[in-house]
Amino acid sequence: MVRCEASNEVVTAYLCGEIDHHIAPKIREDIDANIQSYRPKLLILDFSDVSFMDSSGIGLIMGRYRKMSLSKGKTEVVCPCARMQKIMQMAGIDRLVEIRKEQTDEVNK
Amino acid sequence: MKSTNEIKLTIPSKSSNEGYARVAVSAFIAQLDPTVEELQDIKTAVSEAVTNCIVHAYPDVIGKIYIMVQLLDKNTVRIKIRDTGRGIEDVQKAMEPLFTTGSEERSGLGFSVMESFMDKVTVTSKKGKGTSVTLTKRLSQRVKNA
Repeated sequence: MVRCEASNEVVTAYLCGEIDHHIAPKIREDIDANIQSYRPKLLILDFSDVSFMDSSGIGLIMGRYRKMSLSKGKTEVVCPCARMQKIMQMAGIDRLVEIRKEQTDEVNK
Repeated sequence: MKSTNEIKLTIPSKSSNEGYARVAVSAFIAQLDPTVEELQDIKTAVSEAVTNCIVHAYPDVIGKIYIMVQLLDKNTVRIKIRDTGRGIEDVQKAMEPLFTTGSEERSGLGFSVMESFMDKVTVTSKKGKGTSVTLTKRLSQRVKNA
């Protein structure tokens, strides 16, 4: 589902497995609880270990983007999968948040 | 086109069945030897259609979702996903990208995703009677000795 790590005003959410309408609310709750506790300036949503995603994943990203924007925070997406990138582009998410193919080291550390 | 093989599934509109529905459909289609990409396309489209039934057709009740998968000539797959729920007032509008009557966390992209991953998407609906979505896709590979 999701594992969140917080450090230096950055919360990274490592999503895994399948993201659909059934599982999305549980992931959302987890990430939102972390945003609430750590009040990060940057939220990174890492889809590297996601094996399946439908448009429920888009709602998940948009919702978190809105939440972060309220506190002037940034959101970034890491997504190596071309199919999921296509769905994200369909929603115009690439115009709102940076979509990277892989984690960069300085963010990772 | 003639159907060479088909299955019918009826599932309750519980969100926990979304995963089962897309896996069951893709498992049946596997006999046509699709590519991994094609299977993922179909799984994604089925997931969207089934989610629509759960979220929109039966918002307050658990209803039945009828799924039929037909393997047709020329390596073509036809998937029909039907409900007897609320129905859609304006199908054309419902199919517009980003249009949704759902919550803030719904993207309004369900039909766009279906259209982009399948060759053809046909929707018929009657208010108060239900909705039927037919997804068609021709697979690239030929069946070996089917």
